[in-house]
Amino acid sequence: MNKITNHQLYRLITAHFAEIIREPAVIFWGVVFPILMAWGLGIAFTQKGEVHLKLAIVKVIANQNTMGETKLAGFMAANGVKKDSSYTIDLKNEKLGNVSLAFFETSWPNAYTMLKKGKVSMIIEDGPAGVKYHFDPANAEAKSAYQLVSNLYEYGPTFYAANQSGIEPLTMKGTRYVDFLIPGLLAMGIMMACSWGISYTIIDRRSKKLLRRMVATPMKKSNFLLALITARFSMNVAEAVLLFLFAWIYFGTKVQGSWPALIVLFLAGNIAFSGISILISSHTSNPEVGNGIINALVTPMMVVSGVFFSYHNFPDWTIPLIRYLPLTMIADSFRSIFNEGAGFMDVWREALVLASVGTISFILGLKIFKWY
Amino acid sequence: MTDLEYIVDVRHVKKSFKDVRAVKGVNLTIKPGEFLALLGPNGAGKTTLVEMIEGIQHPDEGEIFIAGKQWKNHEHELHQMIGLSLQETRFMDKLTAYETMRLFASFYKLDTVRVDEVFKLIGLEEKKKAYVNNLSGGQRQRLALGVALLNKPKILLLDEPTTGLDPNARREIWNILLALKKEQNTSLILTSHYMEEAEFLCDRIVIMDQGSILAEGTLQEILTLGGGHRSLDELFISLTGRHLYE
Repeated sequence: MNKITNHQLYRLITAHFAEIIREPAVIFWGVVFPILMAWGLGIAFTQKGEVHLKLAIVKVIANQNTMGETKLAGFMAANGVKKDSSYTIDLKNEKLGNVSLAFFETSWPNAYTMLKKGKVSMIIEDGPAGVKYHFDPANAEAKSAYQLVSNLYEYGPTFYAANQSGIEPLTMKGTRYVDFLIPGLLAMGIMMACSWGISYTIIDRRSKKLLRRMVATPMKKSNFLLALITARFSMNVAEAVLLFLFAWIYFGTKVQGSWPALIVLFLAGNIAFSGISILISSHTSNPEVGNGIINALVTPMMVVSGVFFSYHNFPDWTIPLIRYLPLTMIADSFRSIFNEGAGFMDVWREALVLASVGTISFILGLKIFKWY
Repeated sequence: MTDLEYIVDVRHVKKSFKDVRAVKGVNLTIKPGEFLALLGPNGAGKTTLVEMIEGIQHPDEGEIFIAGKQWKNHEHELHQMIGLSLQETRFMDKLTAYETMRLFASFYKLDTVRVDEVFKLIGLEEKKKAYVNNLSGGQRQRLALGVALLNKPKILLLDEPTTGLDPNARREIWNILLALKKEQNTSLILTSHYMEEAEFLCDRIVIMDQGSILAEGTLQEILTLGGGHRSLDELFISLTGRHLYE
């Protein structure tokens, strides 16, 4: 009778946990997908493969001149490899990485279509007055293509191979893209797992009248929510450990700072998003509305919180706001522990704020919680 | 509690939702061990009345006593003595029938002995290890009934327990309830669309329409109302001009 296996909290936790692990899709999206994402993005941005840039050339000479009669065409004929109506120029630099440039000779309408579809990053107008470069200066790839091609045109292909002695490529751990990515993915994992795993579960069970059935028994309501959070947290730990193990084995990712600080922050992050998840799911019983609410919470943070790329590219006035978003706080603090050697004293404020946000949200959510 | 004349005593209860007056001053009493059927078309106020007895809704006016106690101050005690099966409740898909039963048993601090007893009672022993989403409609309803019976309730509230089931599955549920009736420890409030279900199982029938009770008594008593009718549906047509099971 007094066996722990008969206790309602134990049974609720095991029931929630069974629901998670018996669903293959949950295992895929929670465990396999983040690892695949880390692998794919880590490989894409870490391996120094050859960079391929594609550009369009549009001739604007009124008569029937061919490409061979302009200065640019002469340059292409001298330095490029022609194939059909395109030229390829390969630039070599051991430290900078090799670059392969492909120039497509085409018409204005076709060049614009290619630009709009992202097939080329710049259009080069080859006219009687010389060349003109058409590109979006806000596009980093187009800007670097312009700098590369304009230098190439002016100084010849040897410019790229010169001056290698002044370059020191950074390969030490903590400075690679994957070192930026893994803490971000760990932080995002907490947010996604809590918001879908807790919020959606509550809304779904409310819509199926299961919550209503349960509160018609002597079940303690707080036990239900506590069990849901505990089961989700256990799963989050497993997901984070597996992702970290993969990053450690495959990319050599290391925690340079304090492990206890990392654990405290992981806990605080889970408290924050568990509380927020309870709050946002406290009322609706319509899964479609729930879907919208959860997306409204997670999508903006996924975009602005710097999970995949730094948020410092956003306008200056937004940075203070972004820095205090829960996901940003977790991702930034994780990064400082992983890559900068931060300890508990460096992240305790963030941990405290996150835990407080979670606790306040939980209390508020519980106050307005609808069981049926 | 056995000294009480009525296990359920509903007095002048009214309930409105926005502009809809769902229950308009209903009085209803149920004796210990009595089986009562609540019949009426959709929107008659049956579910609202039952939900108020269950403590899920609160009356705007009037009082409800369960075993002499009101929900306001005796929620925990009343939950212990009530068993219910809601319309369309779906348990967790990926739990087995046994795990589902044990989960609900834990809310009443019951152990596996009672869980096994209930499985025997509902005749679902062979499906203990089956996931809930692999059970048929009838088996799910029996599971829901089993969950409602776990705590040996004094009052059992079943909201359309056999809706959507084939005749065999319906008969299986009836047999379980008949066995319960023989023990005479449980009172039943059953809402149903099926006239024969009310006739077969219940001592007393209450017909509701538009938030009020239209007729109340044993089957024979209410069929003789207004000059005698062959069926409850015929009686309902004579009272309202509409079919009972619309």
